[in-house]
Amino acid sequence: MRIADLPAPALAQRLRGPGLLIGAGPFVYRLRSPHALVAEGLALLYADMPLVADDGFADFCVDIAPGQGLRRWFRRQSHFRYDGLSVFEPLPEAHAYALLEWAMNWCISSQPHDYLVIHSAVVARGDRAVILPAPPGSGKSTLCAALIHSGWRLLSDELALVSLADGQLWPLCRPVGLKNASIRIIQDFAPAAVINRVTHDTNKGDVSHMKVPAEHLAQMLVPARPKWLIFPRWQRDAATNFSARSRASALVDLARHSFNFGTLGEAGFDALCDVVTACECMDFSYSRLDEAMAAFDRLDAAA
Amino acid sequence: MSHADLLSPRFVPNVTAAFLTSLQWEHLLGQSRRALLTARLAHSFSDSGQFAGEVPAGPRRHLEASRITAELWAQIAKAEVLRIERALRSAGMTCVLLKGAAYLCAGLPPSRGRVFSDVDILVPQVELSKAESALLAGGWIPDHLDSEYDQRYYREWMHELPPLSHVQRDSTIDVHYTITPPTSAFNVDGALLLVKARPIEGHPGLWTLQPTDMVLHSAVHLFAEGEFHHGLRDLLDMDDLLKHFAVHEPDFWPELIARANELGLKVPLHHALFHVERLFGTRPPAELAAEVRALRPPWLLRVLMARLLTIALRPMHPSCHVPGEGLARWLLYVRSHWLRMPLHLLVPHLVRKAWMAQFPKKKPAAAAAAQV
Repeated sequence: MRIADLPAPALAQRLRGPGLLIGAGPFVYRLRSPHALVAEGLALLYADMPLVADDGFADFCVDIAPGQGLRRWFRRQSHFRYDGLSVFEPLPEAHAYALLEWAMNWCISSQPHDYLVIHSAVVARGDRAVILPAPPGSGKSTLCAALIHSGWRLLSDELALVSLADGQLWPLCRPVGLKNASIRIIQDFAPAAVINRVTHDTNKGDVSHMKVPAEHLAQMLVPARPKWLIFPRWQRDAATNFSARSRASALVDLARHSFNFGTLGEAGFDALCDVVTACECMDFSYSRLDEAMAAFDRLDAAA
Repeated sequence: MSHADLLSPRFVPNVTAAFLTSLQWEHLLGQSRRALLTARLAHSFSDSGQFAGEVPAGPRRHLEASRITAELWAQIAKAEVLRIERALRSAGMTCVLLKGAAYLCAGLPPSRGRVFSDVDILVPQVELSKAESALLAGGWIPDHLDSEYDQRYYREWMHELPPLSHVQRDSTIDVHYTITPPTSAFNVDGALLLVKARPIEGHPGLWTLQPTDMVLHSAVHLFAEGEFHHGLRDLLDMDDLLKHFAVHEPDFWPELIARANELGLKVPLHHALFHVERLFGTRPPAELAAEVRALRPPWLLRVLMARLLTIALRPMHPSCHVPGEGLARWLLYVRSHWLRMPLHLLVPHLVRKAWMAQFPKKKPAAAAAAQV
């Protein structure tokens, strides 16, 4: 069963009551929220995601709760609660959906489990994956959104999951975050893309999320192996260019982008080394999306 | 859904574990996270040989990961203790460890899966500023530099320095000169504890309190405190210590009770023994029944405190919230301050705390914390 198979009242009722159980790659979320924006966003962006049976086990339980005291009615807020504790500063009610997505990321990046987590986009062709780690503002999500409309399969736009058991990259297949100018860029690049309403004036400016195409979701439980480790950088008027990066330098940079490499100890270090060893490591600068897509096609063809 | 405390029954020895639904597993893990007992729970499952059979794959992944994380924390804490010891040694001082760090370095049972971030040490009162300078030279600086009020609160009324944090590593040290505030109803002379401290075998330079004092410190810490976030964890520590010392220390039980009388800590020990028995079934030897009864406070106080503490020792998770819980926790909070300070100090302090709670320092913003 998919989320889309639930009528809107049933969806809202679950969100208000026992929670909506959603499978995202190897994890299951229990989502609870009375906010209409959360229900609306989920109905649109998670429509093709699998609904987990009511008696399933959820790895993470995310509550996007209303504000407290007067803030329940006046200048209403949304709060992320985990285990009954408020994790972030409350946000305006209008930011509830964006808060949900950030909260869902926080669960994976901060709670202990059996994956090495890297702040990175991951796309794949067949079983060969490209890892795209980058700091905010380097155009990672835009590049990722364009790639998944150009013949690459989405694993994740934000969080690379490296299994400690077999070193494979696992999909998460959650909606792709877009912000500010990139919302428009992706609408123009892929007119068929489903993008939800824009949340204005967040800490990151205007944010929105793009639905993952159904054929990518169909492969949500199919891992891929690391093949390329590419550090992307969008620069105005830059030429489209790959340049080789030493493995040592790539390892240090990748460790910096990892959330839990420190808390995993030796297993985390080994997993990181295995990723770098398996990959061709490169920097990638670009300014034009169409040229970037062609460059990634050539990369795949040459492999 | 019943509002069951699923967590504490898991630590009763040889109990046959009941079947849990998926939702109950979620609640059990959530309760253990709030009580800082996830790794400890993982150990108790593997000790009883239940990991493979009874724990489904979903929860098992989280339990195993928490155990790995706890082991790493322990490694880091051990390294930090050695650095603290070196800093104190350079000033000619010895390093007497309290609580988590002591259990860890002495290899005592509560250390398994125990997660802690602060290292607590005990120094003689006359050497307090010497210790502070030695640690400062080692890179540990006072935490709340921005709050003069906190600094004054600690220095005038507490039994410890304001927490010191390392400038690079973020580790925190609490430097105590005794185990209870000097203004409190349970006023213990730190020198009496230090004179009985014991060296830790195999770790030159590191010391712990003697076994009876370890238990009494844990008891007074738990039952004179106003907040019970780690209450169940601290009670489990005591359960482990009682069982361990009863086997390994000659005359442990009679000495424990004698020491509680000597230090004026009968009431905290009574509460500890009452709740350890209530939750985990550990009892003092039958021949000491009269001495154990003599620890009890007057009837009304005893009954009231038993009720309040029974509520406060429940995990603080929404899945096991009970009516009256907020009131019980508030009463215990007020009581802890009542025990700690005379009224003319207490009232202004609580007003100040309420103000600070109403206008707290900011949490991370969602967007920044998620690094999206």
